[in-house]
Amino acid sequence: MIGIPDPAIWIGYVLAILSVIACIVYSVKNWNKSDDPAPDAPEREINWEKEEDKINEML
Amino acid sequence: MNTFTLGLVVILYMLLIAYLGYIGYRRTKTTKDYLLAGRDSHPFIMAMSYGATFISTSAIVGFGGMAGKFGMGLIWLVFLNIFIGIFIAFVFFGRITRRVGLNLDAHTFPEFLGNRFQSKSIQIISGLIIFIAMPLYAAVVLIGGARFIESIFQIDFTLALIFFTLIMSAYVIAGGLKGVMYTDAAQGTIMFVCLLFLLIFSYFKLGGFSAAHQALTNMANLVPADLAAQGHLGWTAFPKINSAWWWILVTNIILGVGIGVLAQPQLVVRFMTVRSSRELNRAVMTGGIFIFVSTGFVYTVGALTNVWFYETSGKLALDAVGGNVDKIIPEFINQAMPAWFIYLFMIALLSAGMSTLSSQFHTMGSAIGRDVIEKIFPKTGLNTMMIARLGIVFGVLISLLIGYKLPMGIIARGTAIFFGICAATFLPAYIASLYWKRVTRSAVLWSIISGMVTSAFALGFLHKSESLPLGICKALFGKDFLIDKFPWMIIDPLILALPVSVFVLIVVTFVTRPPEKEFLDKCFK
Repeated sequence: MIGIPDPAIWIGYVLAILSVIACIVYSVKNWNKSDDPAPDAPEREINWEKEEDKINEML
Repeated sequence: MNTFTLGLVVILYMLLIAYLGYIGYRRTKTTKDYLLAGRDSHPFIMAMSYGATFISTSAIVGFGGMAGKFGMGLIWLVFLNIFIGIFIAFVFFGRITRRVGLNLDAHTFPEFLGNRFQSKSIQIISGLIIFIAMPLYAAVVLIGGARFIESIFQIDFTLALIFFTLIMSAYVIAGGLKGVMYTDAAQGTIMFVCLLFLLIFSYFKLGGFSAAHQALTNMANLVPADLAAQGHLGWTAFPKINSAWWWILVTNIILGVGIGVLAQPQLVVRFMTVRSSRELNRAVMTGGIFIFVSTGFVYTVGALTNVWFYETSGKLALDAVGGNVDKIIPEFINQAMPAWFIYLFMIALLSAGMSTLSSQFHTMGSAIGRDVIEKIFPKTGLNTMMIARLGIVFGVLISLLIGYKLPMGIIARGTAIFFGICAATFLPAYIASLYWKRVTRSAVLWSIISGMVTSAFALGFLHKSESLPLGICKALFGKDFLIDKFPWMIIDPLILALPVSVFVLIVVTFVTRPPEKEFLDKCFK
């Protein structure tokens, strides 16, 4: 196959290429999906900021 | 190659890096900015930074050269790098790491483990392990970069080392992770373009895709006798099963490096630099393509250099460069590629080294600063950013010292040692922290310690590549390695240490009290 007779090598190439395709397909399918209910302004984010400010002030 | 032109190109490149470092510095105001790039990185910057940190100069020149010597079997490393290092890492580790990290207010990898198991000891010990093991890995890249500057500007090595260290430290210390990630993204882009061109141009030179492979396949009868004795069956064939090269390829390279990537602190921390899992979903594509091009292309070219060298000089690649594997890729570029590309490729190599080194410096600094000093002495009166900056200075100085003092034999093994230690020490604990709610604090602590101790033992007394230059085994027992029965001396320490740390993790978990449900709910909400 494509000048490489050993299946142990070309299977490696096929798997590498399939992995890249899996990465692309995954990204495209989940482009706008997020685990967070509101990714742009989650409550935790604001709490984190407050905590951070408090610690910095304390220091 | 014109030294003046190359010097000019390097200076222009350094100015670009300095500018990006300055932007990072301007945008760094808080601890969150300094340690986690503000937690609002763009998916492209995050993915390129992850990839460029992952792929160092040695991955390109060292492994590329190894493909020139041993052939295309290294493609399995490429497959694992993409499938485990990107797909599994981002989809099954990254998203949950980001969420738990945010819930527990973690800024570093040791802090992530420490907070997840409510243990200061886990954070301090993890920070110390990173701080002790990482300078060796950093020294490899630092020395490589300094040698490069030395040869370009024809200056003294010490001067080159100081010059290179100062530039690197300046933007890492000032710009924090923002500076590191901005420069990484630019450096990753340069690497990507160069390696893409390298593959296309190589196939063009060798008469096309299938013709080039076929020519390499036809050279199988030219394999030197010493390599054939180690299991070499040709450059387009996997090594003979159970041969010396088969064991090295499968355990050291494919498993050691391919799996070792999952528990690298400097990579794990990047999952926490994005605003939401949506950014990670988008970054998977960039990361996958980048790793395929930066490793797959160069390993393929590495093997194919044999065809080019044989057609032009009648010699195999390894013979054409005097037997030094590390010279195969640079010499091929020098002889086969157009002059302008040589300059660009030199910048790509410098980029590969700098992007890895900047993250190493940053991780070392945050480990000793945030995870060790701040935890042991909470009332220093300094803020986290200042302590991390001092930590980086300290880490840089230790890396410099190691680069100067330790024998080259050990420094050359720095990357593999660090990957192996990280995997054996942190991988079981890290996976359990995300996916096994029953796991306990004591189990994680003992798993980390047992992984570290077993790795150290295997490195010092069993694995020939390290035990020989270290010399501890020889001094204590009068022989270079304890078990001289094949293949024990060439099996990667990870293969021994990882099962030990997994075993300890499982056993100790079941003999200790499970964690409280309320705390677990807080972690995974």
